[in-house]
Amino acid sequence: MAVTETLRPNRTLPTNGTHGRTVEPVAPVERPVLSGAEITCRSLEAEGVTTVFGYPGGAVIPLYDALPRSNLHHVLVRFEQWAALAADGYARVTGRVGVCIATSGPGATNLVTGLANAQLDSVPLVAITGQVSQPMIGRDAFQEVDITGISLPVTKHNYLVQRVEDIAPTIKEAFYLASSGRPGPVLVDIPKNVFIQKAPFAYPATTGRRGYQPTSLPNMRQVRLAAEAINRAERPLIMAGHGIMLAGATDLFARFVERSGIPVIFTLLGLGCFPESHPLALGMMGMHGHREVNAALEECDLLVNIGARFDDRATGRIDGFAPNAKVVHCDIDPAEIGKNVQTDVPVVGDAREVLKLLIPEVAPRRHEQWLGWIDSQRNRALVDALEDRPESPEPYTIIKAIAEASKGEAIVTTDVGQHQMWTAQYFGFNHPDRWVTSGGLGTMGYGLPAAIGAKMGRPDLEVWAVVGDGGFQMSLNELATAHQEGLDINVAVVNNGYLGMVRQWQDLFHARNYSEVKIGGPDIAKLADAYGVTGITVRKDSEIRAAVERARSTPGPVVIDFVIEPEANVYPIVPPGASNSEMMHDLRFRDTE
Amino acid sequence: MKKRHTLVVQVEDHPGVLNRVVSLMRRRSFNIDSIAVGHSEQPGVSRMTIVVLGEDEEIEQVGKQLYKLMEVLKVTDITGQNCVAHELALIKVAAKPQHRAEILQIAQIYEAKVVDASPTTLLLEATGQEEKIDALLTMLRAFGVRELVRTGSIAMLRGGPAPAGKAGRIERDRDQVGVGVGGAFAVAD
Repeated sequence: MAVTETLRPNRTLPTNGTHGRTVEPVAPVERPVLSGAEITCRSLEAEGVTTVFGYPGGAVIPLYDALPRSNLHHVLVRFEQWAALAADGYARVTGRVGVCIATSGPGATNLVTGLANAQLDSVPLVAITGQVSQPMIGRDAFQEVDITGISLPVTKHNYLVQRVEDIAPTIKEAFYLASSGRPGPVLVDIPKNVFIQKAPFAYPATTGRRGYQPTSLPNMRQVRLAAEAINRAERPLIMAGHGIMLAGATDLFARFVERSGIPVIFTLLGLGCFPESHPLALGMMGMHGHREVNAALEECDLLVNIGARFDDRATGRIDGFAPNAKVVHCDIDPAEIGKNVQTDVPVVGDAREVLKLLIPEVAPRRHEQWLGWIDSQRNRALVDALEDRPESPEPYTIIKAIAEASKGEAIVTTDVGQHQMWTAQYFGFNHPDRWVTSGGLGTMGYGLPAAIGAKMGRPDLEVWAVVGDGGFQMSLNELATAHQEGLDINVAVVNNGYLGMVRQWQDLFHARNYSEVKIGGPDIAKLADAYGVTGITVRKDSEIRAAVERARSTPGPVVIDFVIEPEANVYPIVPPGASNSEMMHDLRFRDTE
Repeated sequence: MKKRHTLVVQVEDHPGVLNRVVSLMRRRSFNIDSIAVGHSEQPGVSRMTIVVLGEDEEIEQVGKQLYKLMEVLKVTDITGQNCVAHELALIKVAAKPQHRAEILQIAQIYEAKVVDASPTTLLLEATGQEEKIDALLTMLRAFGVRELVRTGSIAMLRGGPAPAGKAGRIERDRDQVGVGVGGAFAVAD
């Protein structure tokens, strides 16, 4: 935990009193005359960027001309979308801004999914795109698209740079916006001729905008109201979100939980902000949350949401969500307050600042009776059954084998679907910034590029991509990137031959009408071989552990094809549009009902 | 209850800012009744008057979402405040000789100016509150409205120093949601 903490930069905000004007450094400094492309590289270096993910093309040829003369390590992906998502994975595990580069036109449009992914999950990202030369803009030139127009709804902000002198101040501002307040993606579009023009370069020392003043410090009156509610509650529950990690507040959060004695439930992206091995950690909530977690939501009289946005996959039907609870909502984004769930005590501020002020106001307490009741709601039959050894690999066994082999220390990335939920339910995350998954957008194919980005950012940590056979086939071309970079990552393909989550919905809610979900695929071990990486096929439950160990001890990328039972479902599941109390359970593991 | 809210939004005068505001309103499913944009008394600052239809909670969201745009400097909801909210309309109405006198009489009642005339039409220019323009149009429709253009409201609080004091300002970051005026958003000071 300590290592991750030190990596996350201090989130003190730059001087913000300049009202949008860029202040030149006071001391006379050397201002070398550089091309726009060189200025772009130097600006990225000045921001502390060491790794960029990208793909060259016509409009960025000048930038790629300057790149080899810079100190930036460029990771050549095989598709621009995966550049954005690799940068996203890099940002999530390092806490730094991820950077991706693409050319104009199709290069830029291919970034859009990655930008949306970062926007919905509040990931700091700066995307640099080439644009056609200024005289060509608006003339439907070759590889011209209006990427600032296209990316407007999926970025925190974007720019079309019109003058070479503006490149450095724009990149400065882009990094500030991406990483401050509620983080998000920022796109900087630079025309080809601007990359070529020259200007004296000095990186600005400060930046700021009149119209951008993120709230960091909460209103003390609201903090006291929150503390009062916490001190009075009999059956309180903490809902922990991604914001705790984004604020670098996991240490304070742990102190808050231990002092208040309140059990913690996690959103999908909140996993890891507090050790799941802790007695007060209950696990994931919502659509595929544990039974006792959703039961506790039904029963609680106070819900303290810190750094989560009440996503519909977490809340289920809103009118049935935490029906008996008063709601305290701490969020850095004022627009999240009251957006989905009516809030009794809103606290706007950075989670770190909120917790700093909140902890001394909260009385030390224990909630033995309440914890006992929650414990009584656990599905014992399911817990016991997980120890059984079926013939074909049981998904939970795969996840647990990876968790045990890596002692829960590994970074785990996923795609989207059943394997993602199995991992979220049973990996047991004890460290912040090691659970890397596409929560809001639900981007299939995310797992492998995110693992590449994560390994580039944290080469010291073991990295596993747990993916489905559907998502893997979207981004498997990145095996070439992983091979080219010699990255020591392991890919576990949870292969059921189906688009499993869609099949599960068709199974449960559409009378088993399996429409277009049977998805064939290549022989994955052979495919791995073709890419020059190690491939392993596992067909029996008894082979899981050996395969995991072999992958861990083999240098370079390894792909394990876990052929599982085709129609295994994720349980529990809250049917779409239902409230969390209406969850369905696996009939094999029925106990008390 | 849904009602019409008049928001005054001060924005940095940058290329594309109108696009950003309108795109935001559309993608969040906010219902724009009218929008009018022009220069303000401050160089580099444009002033938008946006009339939005929605519940109080929705309007609070509109304000908060607008503040997430870098160019937005200040959002003020002046609905129900002591303000002047006027629009301008140009109305080309069919005017047969036997109807001219009557149309001119109606124009006089609503203080509409005749700015052009042709053998078959009269062009009226009317300013005032939307309700007044609506009422004028109701009277004129009987004769046949050939062409119509309305600017949408522009609005300003009465009295006090410009710009608009702090009354009704939707705060960027206050968290007294639920305890402000109407339970919807905070009113500072």
